[in-house]
Amino acid sequence: MSGYTQQLRQKQREDLDWIFHHISQFSIHGVLVLLGLFCLVPLLLIVSASFTDEMALTRNGYSLLPSEFSTQAYETIFRNPVAILRAYAVTIFVTVAGTVIALSLMSPLAYALSRPDFVLRKPLSFFVFFTMLFNGGIVPYYILMTQVLRVQDTLTALIIPYMVVAFYVLILRTYFAGLPSELIDAARVDGAGEVRIFLSVALPLAKPALAMIALFTALNYWNDWTTALYFIRNADLYPLQYLLYIIQSNAQAMQLQSAAGHISMSDMPTQTARMAMAVLATGPAAIFFLFFQRYLIRGVTLGAFR
Amino acid sequence: MNALIDNNLDDTPKVAAAGQGQRWAFVHSVRFRRNLTWFLMALPAIIWIFVLKYLPLPGIWIAFTNYRVRRGIFGSDFVGLDNFRFLFATDSAVRATFNTIGLNILFILFGTIFAIFVAWLLYEVYTSKLTRYYQTLLLLPRFISWVVVSYFVYALLATENGLINSLLRAAGLPGISWYTTAEYWPIILLLVSLWSGMGISSLIYLSGMLSIDIQLFEAARIDGANRWQQFSNITFPIIMPLIVINVLLSLAYIMNADFGLFFQVTRNQPLLYPTTDVLDTYIYRSLIVTQNISMAAAAQFYQSVVGFALVLFFNWVVRRVERPDDPLALF
Repeated sequence: MSGYTQQLRQKQREDLDWIFHHISQFSIHGVLVLLGLFCLVPLLLIVSASFTDEMALTRNGYSLLPSEFSTQAYETIFRNPVAILRAYAVTIFVTVAGTVIALSLMSPLAYALSRPDFVLRKPLSFFVFFTMLFNGGIVPYYILMTQVLRVQDTLTALIIPYMVVAFYVLILRTYFAGLPSELIDAARVDGAGEVRIFLSVALPLAKPALAMIALFTALNYWNDWTTALYFIRNADLYPLQYLLYIIQSNAQAMQLQSAAGHISMSDMPTQTARMAMAVLATGPAAIFFLFFQRYLIRGVTLGAFR
Repeated sequence: MNALIDNNLDDTPKVAAAGQGQRWAFVHSVRFRRNLTWFLMALPAIIWIFVLKYLPLPGIWIAFTNYRVRRGIFGSDFVGLDNFRFLFATDSAVRATFNTIGLNILFILFGTIFAIFVAWLLYEVYTSKLTRYYQTLLLLPRFISWVVVSYFVYALLATENGLINSLLRAAGLPGISWYTTAEYWPIILLLVSLWSGMGISSLIYLSGMLSIDIQLFEAARIDGANRWQQFSNITFPIIMPLIVINVLLSLAYIMNADFGLFFQVTRNQPLLYPTTDVLDTYIYRSLIVTQNISMAAAAQFYQSVVGFALVLFFNWVVRRVERPDDPLALF
């Protein structure tokens, strides 16, 4: 009898544990859903505003769903698309060219630094990674770009900055160093030269790491506005993000002036049009991110990032 | 000629191969060719680093001169520490220093706690199919440019028609003029930086948690430990070294602020400077807006040199605390 009671108690406790386990599991999912919304909702706010009627936005304010649906903002932009198309062209060119050049500079460097029998490995590693420790900062860099290289108001100025990032070289080097040396030795026995081994053995094996670095580099270029803030004055060379910034800060200045009665509010790009521009500028980057993010998560989970 | 370079590059005696005569020369030349190839592979990037990272360094001398563009860096008059005396006589440089350090400490403290919390949540449901989607959502903000962030922060905080003020008014409270009230901004910037950074930083701790032997948790569960006890007795102690190292490395960069966060999200509003002006925005204004290059250079020198000292110090500390078999410090 007592054995039966004990069994019953045991069963009840297990049931209770089961319920508790599922309640807590459920609440963890709940918190994560809330955090996900915390990440997503601000972006939805921009999308919603871009599809709202201008008058309704002024009257009813920003909201998560358009108070009065309208595609007016996009129509306004597409009626006079020269500025945004040009900015798109600049950004796409800089992103593609920059990412290709960056990968073709960083991966050979990282590969060379990953070879244990490279005699210059130590001094060159120090030369590369010292830049992570000491940074002269923007002032000497500004002088170099404007007084020595004289690249202000050129596409070169936009491409140069992210071509070699020491931290990415570090990640790539770690990855190359972790490749099985048997494969490289086997290629050597087959008579392949170092360049050949790099191109047809090491690079294909390092695809996950390269994809991750490509994602980071491309997004660095796509989201860059600081370079233009310092070095681009010619409106034809504005990249997308800088154009967004300029529109926003012009609107801010005009608001002040119109408050003082100098100009009428109708001259400035509408709030909804600005939000629509933000959507158009972010959309491709967000899609790019969604396609490549699995490489990123894998890379981080593997410990490429510390 | 070839032999000369050969000897310079490769002067380590190969004792093992030395006895083999002709064979030795052969190995020697293959090794040399290999090294030459590697060097040529590294060269383009090395040149880039030299031009973009090392060539500007003499420019820090500007901090000690009364810089005139036409006279150049070394043609301008040497003024000793005058620029620094000026710099620290202005309240704004001192304020920018305090803001940089204070806000960074705030970000590191809450950022770390939050990242560990999120990592733990993800770990507890790691086998669920939904985890992938959570991770994607959490990482997305990191790849939104600060300009776009400033757009939605404006949609939230605009005085007339922002979402927050609409909600406040709906609750019968007066709206707040966010962009003119400096005291709210440390919290606003903290929230924005958590929004942007928690995905990446939680993944780092998650990877630490995933490396823990699952049997430890099973044993604890058999002993009747609940989730909190499992976290505080197993997970937390095991990832502690990772936390310490990450916090130390963040402290090393405490003099550097994220320019985009402080410049774009605040819309560069002068009324907000008392709590949001940091060294990076201060240097930007001195360089581009007021065009006082010597002053910008002095602030830059001070930021770079103090920053360098901190990096060296904290790297030394990291090397002392880390386990020797798991080198995480840079050097």
